[in-house]
Amino acid sequence: MNNHSDMIPILQVKNLKKYFTTPRGMLHAVDDVSFAIQEGKTLGVVGESGCGKTTTGRAILRLIEPTSGSVVFNGIDITSLEKNKLRIMREKMQIIFQDPYSSLDPRMSVASIIAEPLIIHKRVSGKKELLKQVQKLMEMVELEDRLSSSYPHELDGGRRQRIGIARALALEPQFIVCDEPVSSLDVSVQAQILNLMQDLQDRLGLTYMFVTHDMAVVKHISDEIAVMYLGQIIELSPAKDLFAHQYHPYSHALISAIPKIESKTDETMTILKGEIGSPIEPKPGCRFALRCEYCIEKCLTDTPVFKTIESGRAVACWRAEELSL
Amino acid sequence: MESLLLSINNLTTQYITDNNIIHAVNGISLELARGGSIGLVGESGAGKTTTAYSIMGLLPKLTGKIIKGSILFEGKDLTLLSEEEMRDIRGSKISMIFQDPMTSLNPIITVGDQIAEVLEIHGTSNKNEAQKKAGDMLEMVGIPRGRMNEYPHQFSGGMKQRVIIAIALACNPELLIADEPTTALDVTIQAQVLKMIKELKNELDTSLILISHNLGVVAQVCENVAIMYAGRIVEFGALRDVFSKPLHPYTEGLLNSIPRIEVEKERLIPIRGMMPDPSIVPSGCIFKPRCPYAKEECSVQAPIVSKISDRRVMCLMHEGVIPNTMGAANE
Ligand SMILES: Nc1ncnc2c1ncn2[C@@H]1O[C@H](COP(=O)(O)OP(=O)(O)OP(=O)(O)O)[C@@H](O)[C@H]1O
Ligand SMILES: Nc1ncnc2c1ncn2[C@@H]1O[C@H](COP(=O)(O)OP(=O)(O)O)[C@@H](O)[C@H]1O
Ligand SMILES: [Mg+2]
Ligand SMILES: [Mg+2]
Repeated sequence: MNNHSDMIPILQVKNLKKYFTTPRGMLHAVDDVSFAIQEGKTLGVVGESGCGKTTTGRAILRLIEPTSGSVVFNGIDITSLEKNKLRIMREKMQIIFQDPYSSLDPRMSVASIIAEPLIIHKRVSGKKELLKQVQKLMEMVELEDRLSSSYPHELDGGRRQRIGIARALALEPQFIVCDEPVSSLDVSVQAQILNLMQDLQDRLGLTYMFVTHDMAVVKHISDEIAVMYLGQIIELSPAKDLFAHQYHPYSHALISAIPKIESKTDETMTILKGEIGSPIEPKPGCRFALRCEYCIEKCLTDTPVFKTIESGRAVACWRAEELSL
Repeated sequence: MESLLLSINNLTTQYITDNNIIHAVNGISLELARGGSIGLVGESGAGKTTTAYSIMGLLPKLTGKIIKGSILFEGKDLTLLSEEEMRDIRGSKISMIFQDPMTSLNPIITVGDQIAEVLEIHGTSNKNEAQKKAGDMLEMVGIPRGRMNEYPHQFSGGMKQRVIIAIALACNPELLIADEPTTALDVTIQAQVLKMIKELKNELDTSLILISHNLGVVAQVCENVAIMYAGRIVEFGALRDVFSKPLHPYTEGLLNSIPRIEVEKERLIPIRGMMPDPSIVPSGCIFKPRCPYAKEECSVQAPIVSKISDRRVMCLMHEGVIPNTMGAANE
C-alpha cells in the first residue's frame, strides 16, 4: 500500500479475520483486512461505531486470537508464535485505551502502575533502578513528580491518559495501538495529549495505529488513513489525499458529514441515509450497497475487490474509477 | 426589534454538598429572541447543563440552588414559579433533550405510545387523534410510521435520538434546549440529526439553545454563540464573528487547540494548565492562570461584561485596564 516498495514495513497485516460466535449467527467483526505501516509512521483508522476498529487493534496484538490471517511484525509472523515467544514480542507492541480510568487499577498508585510492566518483564534489578526508570517515564509524559503516590481517581482525565502512555512506553515498544486515546478528553487537554504523542513519536521513532472516530483528529495525526465499514477497509490513502478527494462513496459521505467550524454543511449535499447494517453473516456484495446512492446491480451480488487504484491509494468499490467524488 | 423570548439576568446557581459549595454558574446573563438560536459552548464542567437545569427547574432538590438572578420567559420569572407551574411549562412551552440519550426513553413502552402520551398530556384529548399525530411526528423525524409499535431497544442509537427529538417537539414548544444531542452519535448520523433540528427549527419556528462542546456542531445550527468557562459566559456574539475573530483569550485558546479540517496545523496550541476548582472563588479573572496575555492586574480585578458593538466579552483587555496584546497578535 506504500509507494516505497524498497522499504520493509514494520507491521504487515494480511487477510486478517476475527469472527465471533453469537446466538444470531457468526459475527464478522473483522473480515479480511490487509494493510502495512512503515516504521515511525501513523496509520489512522476511522469508521462508524461497531465497524471493527478496536477488534482489529486487539487482534493484531493477539489480545484476542484472530480467526485467520497473518500479522508480520519486524519480519516475524506473530500469529503462529507460541505463548512465551509471543510474550517477548509483545513488549515491542503496546496499547493505549480510550478510557484511561477503567484501564488503570484504582488501588494502585501512579508509580506502581507505571512500574508494574517493568517488574513483570524483569526489566530492572533493584528498587533504586526501578524508581529511576519510573521517574524517567513520568518525566517523558510530563507527569509531575509529586503525583507518584497519588491514585488514578485523584487525577483528571488528561493526567490519567499520561499514566496510560507512560505504562505503554515502559518496555520501550516500537509499535503502539492507540484506541481512541483522546476521545474522552476536553479539547484543551486533547491538544496537550496529541502534542505529547507526536513528540514521543519523533523522539523514540514510534509507529502508531491510531483508532478514532474524530475526523479532524485523524487528519491531524495520521500519515495514512484506513476507512473501515462493517469489518472491512474500504479505502486506504495518504491522509491529505483522502481529504482532497475520496474514491469510495462511504468515505465521501463520512468526510462531507463532518461539522466544520468555518462553514455550514452544503445544504444540497445528500446526507447518508439509514444506519450501518448488521455484521452478522453478511451476504456477498458490497456491504455499503443499500446506503449507497451510486449502487448498481453488480454491487448487490459481487463483493468489491480491494485494489490499488493510484500510487498509495487502494479502494473497494466497483465504480471507484468512474465516479469522481 | 425582535421580541425577547428568554432573558437570563445574573443567574447564579450552586450545588451545596456536605463540605463544599460548587459554584457551577456564576452570574450569567443571556438573551434569546423568539425564533432565535444560541449555541452554548464550553468544556466539561463549565456549567452548561446546570444552566439548562436552572431554566427547566430541574436542579437536584437537595443540593442544587439558584442563589441569585432571574430567568424571564415570556416576561414571567421562572425562578419564582411553583413546582406545579414549572411542570406545566416544561413540555408545553419549554422542552429539553438530555445529555444521555439512551436513558431518556422508557424501555417497556412503544415509541408511538411514548409520543402519544406527551400529546395527550398537552391537549390532544382523543386517543386515536394522538396516535395519528404520533405517527406524523415519527415521519417528521424520518422514521416510518409503520415502526410506531416497536420498542426502543429495536432502534439504533441515531433512531432513538430522533424519537427523543420527536417527543421533545410533540408539544410544539416555544423553546427547545438540546444538551449535547449528538455527542453519542457517529458523524454520519450526527449530520442527519443536525439537519433535522435545523429544518424543524425553521418549520416550527422553535427557539433553540444548543449545548455542545463541539464548535463545529453549533456552527451548523446556531446564529449566536455563548462561550462558557468556569460558570461564566466569557464571550457572546454572532457565531461567525466569534469564531472568525475571537475577543476573549479562552475562545482563541479553544480555536487554537482543536485540529480543524479546513485549516492546516503543523502543531496544536493547547491551553496551558487545567480547569479551576469550582469550589474556590478566585479574586480577579478566573482565566488568569491559563491566559497567555494576563498581567498582574488580572489577579486583582475581576472583569465585567464589556459591550463591543453587538458582542460581549469579559476581559480586562477590553476594559482598557491592560493593553490588548491579543488584538495586536491577530492583526
Ligand atoms: N467479544 C465479542 N463478542 C461478540 N461480538 C463482539 C465482541 N467484540 C466486538 N464484537 C462485535 O464486533 C463488531 C466490531 O466491534 P468493535 O468494538 O471492534 O468496533 P469499533 O469499530 O471499535 O466500534 P466503536 O467505535 O464503537 O469503538 C461489533 O459488531 C461488535 O458488536
Ligand atoms: N448534582 C451535582 N452536585 C454537585 N456538583 C455538581 C452537580 N452537577 C454538576 N456539578 C458541578 O457543577 C459544575 C458544572 O457542571 P455542569 O453544569 O454539569 O457542566 P457542563 O454541562 O458544562 O459539563 C461542575 O463543577 C460539576 O462538577
Ligand atoms: Mg472501539
Ligand atoms: Mg453537561
